[in-house]
This record gives sequence, C-alpha cells and structure tokens, in this order.
Amino acid sequence: MSNIITVKDMCLWYGDNQALKNINIEIPEKNITAFIGPSGCGKSTLLKTFNRMNDLVPDVKITGDIKYNENDIFSKEVDVNSLRKEIGMVFQKPNPFPMSIYDNVAYGPRTHGITNKVKLDEIVEQALRDAAIWDEVKDRLKKSALGMSGGQQQRLCIARALAVQPKVLLMDEPTSALDPISTSRIEELVMELKEKYTIVMVTHNMQQAVRVSNYTAFFLLGELVEFGKTDDIFSHPKDKRTEDYITGRFG
Amino acid sequence: MKKNKFKENIIHGIFLLLGLITVGFVLLITIYLVISGIPAIREIGLINFLFGKEWASTAAEPKYGILPFILTSVYGTSGAIIIGVPIGFMTSVYLSKLASPKTKYLVQTAVSLLAGIPSVVYGLVGMLVLIPNIRNIFNIPDGSSLLAAIIVLSIMILPSIIKVSVTALDSVPKEYEDASLALGATSIETYFKVSVPAAKSGIAASVVLGVGRAIGEAMAVMMVAGNAPNMPNSIFQSVRFLTTAVSSEMSYSSGLQRQALFSIALVLFMFILLINATLNFFIKRNKE
Amino acid sequence: MLNSSLSKKRKFYEAFMKVLMFISVGATAALTLFIIGYVFIKGFPNITLNLLLTSPSYLSENIGILPDILNTIYIVISTLIIVLPLGVGAAIYLTEYASNKKIVSIIEYATDILSGIPSIIYGLVGMLLFSNNMGTCLLAGSLTLVIMNLPTIMRTTQESLKTVPQSYREGAFGLGAGKWRVIRTVVLPSCIDGVITGCILSIGRILGESAALLYTAGFVHILNTQITALMSPGATLTVSLYLYAKERGEFGVAFAIAAILMILTIIINFAATSVQNYFSKRRSL
Repeated sequence: MSNIITVKDMCLWYGDNQALKNINIEIPEKNITAFIGPSGCGKSTLLKTFNRMNDLVPDVKITGDIKYNENDIFSKEVDVNSLRKEIGMVFQKPNPFPMSIYDNVAYGPRTHGITNKVKLDEIVEQALRDAAIWDEVKDRLKKSALGMSGGQQQRLCIARALAVQPKVLLMDEPTSALDPISTSRIEELVMELKEKYTIVMVTHNMQQAVRVSNYTAFFLLGELVEFGKTDDIFSHPKDKRTEDYITGRFG
Repeated sequence: MKKNKFKENIIHGIFLLLGLITVGFVLLITIYLVISGIPAIREIGLINFLFGKEWASTAAEPKYGILPFILTSVYGTSGAIIIGVPIGFMTSVYLSKLASPKTKYLVQTAVSLLAGIPSVVYGLVGMLVLIPNIRNIFNIPDGSSLLAAIIVLSIMILPSIIKVSVTALDSVPKEYEDASLALGATSIETYFKVSVPAAKSGIAASVVLGVGRAIGEAMAVMMVAGNAPNMPNSIFQSVRFLTTAVSSEMSYSSGLQRQALFSIALVLFMFILLINATLNFFIKRNKE
Repeated sequence: MLNSSLSKKRKFYEAFMKVLMFISVGATAALTLFIIGYVFIKGFPNITLNLLLTSPSYLSENIGILPDILNTIYIVISTLIIVLPLGVGAAIYLTEYASNKKIVSIIEYATDILSGIPSIIYGLVGMLLFSNNMGTCLLAGSLTLVIMNLPTIMRTTQESLKTVPQSYREGAFGLGAGKWRVIRTVVLPSCIDGVITGCILSIGRILGESAALLYTAGFVHILNTQITALMSPGATLTVSLYLYAKERGEFGVAFAIAAILMILTIIINFAATSVQNYFSKRRSL
C-alpha cells in the first residue's frame, strides 16, 4: 500500500489564530480515510488545504509541506488548477450549479478543454453511473439540477467531481445536510468508489466513520491526536483523549 | 366604544385612499394620454401615423409620419445598449468579484454620482465635448447626430446597469463558486461561467432598466441629436427621438399638430409599459 | 502532471477577460472623473457673486440666476410638503392596513409603472392636468413632481417600516391601544429614517429634473416674491441651464449652473449614504 498525500510538520494560521499545529499524516491510496473530531478542531481546514481551497481565505499562513505523489503542492511550479483537477472535492451542503443536470457534470471537462459532444456525453454518462444516479436522471438530463432532492443533488455533486477524473476525492461532511436514507445511499456509494479513488472524508458522525472508513484520524484543538486503522482506533484507542471522544464523553 | 370604532374606520378609509393614490395616478395618466392621443391618430390614420416616413408638421400640406422617430428611438436605444451593456457588465463583474473593498467603494461612489448628474449636464458636456469632436473626426458639417446621442445615452445607462448587476452578482451563493474552483476552474472562469449565469435574471433586469432609461431620456438627447426629423439612415444624421419629438414642438404647436404630439407621447408610453412588463418578468424569475 | 500549467486557450481567455474588465472599470471611473472635472473647470470661473445674487435683464445685458435659485427652493419645498403625507400614508397603508394581497400587488404594480415613466411624459400630463387649469406656474410644476416622486417616498418609507419589529406593534396593541394610536405612537416615529432618505433622494431628483418642468412651471427668470411665487411661472436651475445652453448659447452661465448642480449632487449623494449608515448603525445597536 502506498501513500498518495504526505503531510509533514504542517502548521496553519488564520491571522494570529493557529488552526493547525504540527500535523504529520500520510493518506493511504485507494482507501477511505475519515477525519473526526469536535467542531473547530481543524479537520475541515486540513481537508481544504489538500486542494488548496484555503488559498481563497485572506490572511492565511501555512508552514511545513504537503506532498501529493511526491510533488510539493505549495511549490511555485505547481498549477493550482491542475492540482484541483487531480484532487476533487464534495462540499457539506449540496451545491449544484443552477444549470441543467448535464451541464453540471459537463462543467469540469468543458473547463479542462473537452468540447467534443460525443466524448462529453460519454464522460457525463460514466460519471453519473459511477455516482449511482444515472438511472434516476437519464431521462431528464436537460432539466435544472435545482429540481432534484437533496440526496440526489449531493450524488450529482459527486458525479460532477468524478467527471474530471480525479485521483483523490475530498468530502467535507457530505451527508450532514441529508436525511438518513439519502445518507446511507451516499455511504454505500463512497464504499464502492474506493475501488477507483482515494477518499478523505470529514465527518461529525462517528458511526459513519466506523461504517465507511478504513483509516481514521482524530483531531482536537488543531492537533492530530491519533491516526490509524479505523478498527484499531475505535476498539483500542491509544490516547486517553481519543477514548474520551469516541465514548461520547465530550464533543 | 362605538365612536372609537367609527373613528378607526374613517382613518382606515383615509389610508386606503392614500394607498390607492398611485393606482389613481396611473389610471389618470393613461386616460389622459389615451384621450388626448387618440384624436390625431384617428384623423391621420394609425398606419399613416406609425409607418409614415415623413414628418412635416408645419408644411402647407402637413405630414405626420412618426416612423423616423420610432426608428431613431429604437436605433438610439440599441446603440446605447450595445456600447453601455458590455462596459457596465464587465465593470460589474470586476466590482463584485475582483475589486478590493476600497476600489469597490470608490467606483460605486463614482457610479452613484454618475446616476445623480442631471441629464441637462450630460447634454451640456455632450454639446461642448462630443459634438465638435465628432464633427472634426468624421469630417461632417454638424456633429449633432445620432452617434452623439448614442454615446451620451450609453454613459447615462451605465449606473442602472452597474448597480443592478452588482447586486445580482453579489448575491450569488459562494458555494457555487467554491464548487467550480474545486473542479479546477480558474477564478476568472468561475466568475464568467458560474457566477454570471447564476445572476442572469438580475443582469437581464439591469439591461431592461437601461433600455427604459435610454428610450425615455429627453433633454440630454435634445441637446446633442440635432432634432431634424430625418429617417435615421446613418449615425451621422441629425435625428429626432420620440421623446424629443414631443418636446421640441410643444411650445409653438396647435391644432392637429399639437394633438399629434400627444399621440407620440402615447406611443412612447406604450413602449414604456412594454418594457415595464418585461422588467417585471425578469424580476419575478429572479425571485424564484 | 501538476506542473502542466493552463492550456494556451484558457490562458488567453483569462487574460482577455481581465483586460476587458480593466478597460471597462477604467472607462467608467475615467468618464465620471472627466465629466465632474470638466464641469468644475469650465464652471467655477463663471460663478460670481453677481451671477448668484442678481436677476437677468435684457436691458443691462446682465445675467443672474437668483430667481432660478429661489424658484428651485420653492419647488423643492412645495413638492416635499405635498408628497410626504401622500407617500408616507400610502406606505403605511401597504405595511399596516392592507390585508388583501391582490390590492397590494395592484398598488405595487402601479408604483413600478410610475417610477418607470419618463419625465417628458410627466411633463406632458402635468401640462394637461395642472397647467391647463391653473396656468403655467411653479405649483403646477410641483404637483407634477409630486406624482414623479411618490414612488421614491413610498419605497423608502416602506423599507423602514418593514424593519419595525412586530413585537413593538403587538406590545402596543396588548395595552389596548387602537390601530391609529399604534401607528401614531409606534409606527410613525420609527419610519423617520425612511422618510429622511426619501426626502434626500427626492431633492436630488427634483434638482435634476427639467423635462417635466419645461411645460408645467415654464421658463421665466423673473424674481418672484414668496407669496406670489407658487402661482407664477418660473425656471428652476436645471431648466435655466438648458435654456442658457441651448437657446441662448451662454455656455459660461450654463457651466456655472452645472457646477452648482454638480456640487449639490455630490452633497446629496454623501448625505443619502451617511443617513443610511447612521440609521443602520443605530438600528443594529
């Protein structure tokens, strides 16, 4: 098993406020890694650093390094747009564009220069199939994406992310805005996706981490407290704080 | 108790009347325009009036065709839209998405100043800056022309376009933009391919508002367009708009000529109602 | 893979859009600065005490704009006095009384139409409605402007009424106050900011208005006494700017008036934003 993302001695500040302290973590390829921890622990911040979405926050300062496949992602030679093409993202709240379902999925490939209609059709269909939503939408591809249910919208957003053929998929609490049935469909989907993609998922829901992930990282107050196989973390936590958290003593 | 109830009812009635006052004014304006506009159209004939190519109200055998005015208003407004909309649109995207807060504040202040400048001042500056330059650059005898009017109008519609478009673009949810960036689109691609389509009803409304302002403008146009009732065959021609057709002969007109001026106002009013309906359509769609 | 930067096509798109935006913003800013600067440079040298404080006379070939200044003030004041009760009352009806959605939407539609009608049509209708009955005079001009400014006053008042918390009204009703008493004591005092903002915006619009006044208030430059002024014809500053520039070719005077109007525009813009900031700050406390 190889690691696809390697974080070394990374710190991150928002202005004077240090949000991440000395993070060291290696994300294993073609696995599902869950980031857990109480709100404000820095798990989402770390996730957004992987595709450099934090660049958009004013006053952010980062030290240490993050390597993606041996490339330093902060290096000047790295093009942030190509990085984001490799490392896709799915957000907390489903955020399809106010366009048709087809145009949503085709947006990424079009951006990256694919204009051939036949090729686009192929990509869109494949992405929608991979996101397990093709059967539900194949008859209304030209309809607005905003008319779909929340769960469908989120799977569409996953399809949209898959359409640019990323290697890694970052998911920031992808089910927190959804009902239980939609949530379990997304969870099933995520478990299937790990065959082809590396998935890093922030979650508030510990049962979800247990159900879905192979690896779990527990964060507290900007520190990475413990990282390991999900089974180990939840059955024999090494750190007292992890134990307290997963047994529900705080959070 | 009863007396109190009576008093409340009276007051309610008074407020109801005040509330309906705008409806009353709209009806009043419509009725007056129709009553005073219809007789001349009847006498001249609707087709002759709307599609007559010649306006010679003071000739021995007067002709009252307002096609030149209608076409001038349509061309003038279209010209202003063609020049003003791209500038206003690009400015709006810049202000809403790229500008630093300070730049945004400064330019928006400038834009609201631009909106507050009286139209006669636009006309005055146009008379002294545009007209001589147009005359010299294009080597024509008189710079008062459709072109001068188009330039003045395109500046005058900028504030409406920028204000409404910036508001529309500002209210595009950030999540849309984040999603686009996360797919590897650059920020500029994101603004034009996601934010702008998401704000399209608002931007369309701003354009319609600009059309309304351009087609209704009278004084600035009166000062720079030359006011000869020519067919607008070239942008260097001296032309007369619907608005200026009403005002330029009003002070000395009488009889059928005067009635024809009211008919022109009625036509203009119809245009405005049409534009208003379009605007409402876009605003409603924006709300949904 | 990561080092592959944007394709040529995307780079070009990026640069092209940026250039277009910079040109547009530059043009907008430069135009504003140019117009203001040009008017000031051409206008200030022509503003003299004599111009401000005398009446024009063909005999002595003197040009003074005192009558125009006074006419402008008369028109502003008389318009506001008439439009305020109407506009505020209509706004109160809409927010406090109206329960029938259909009536509300009809009123709002009518208000939209009113604010979209060009001033030249107002001028024409004002002439038919008022000047033909009472003669061309300042009052006829004012009444025309009342119709024009009604939507502005209504809108700003309505906006400030909407921010009055429902609990205030409920509190007053709970004490057994009648509807009118609640409006008088609770609702009216809290829409002051909307009324003031509306007044400032209306003053701006009145100062800039010309097409609606030409054939209602007329274009006479005679000094009127306060008492007879409203029933006499007279030109406002904006109308006389037009007359001096277009009919008489007196561009110096026209630019002097333009500079004065420009200063007033700047003051009004500033006042409107500061009033809004002041009240929104106080409200958030």
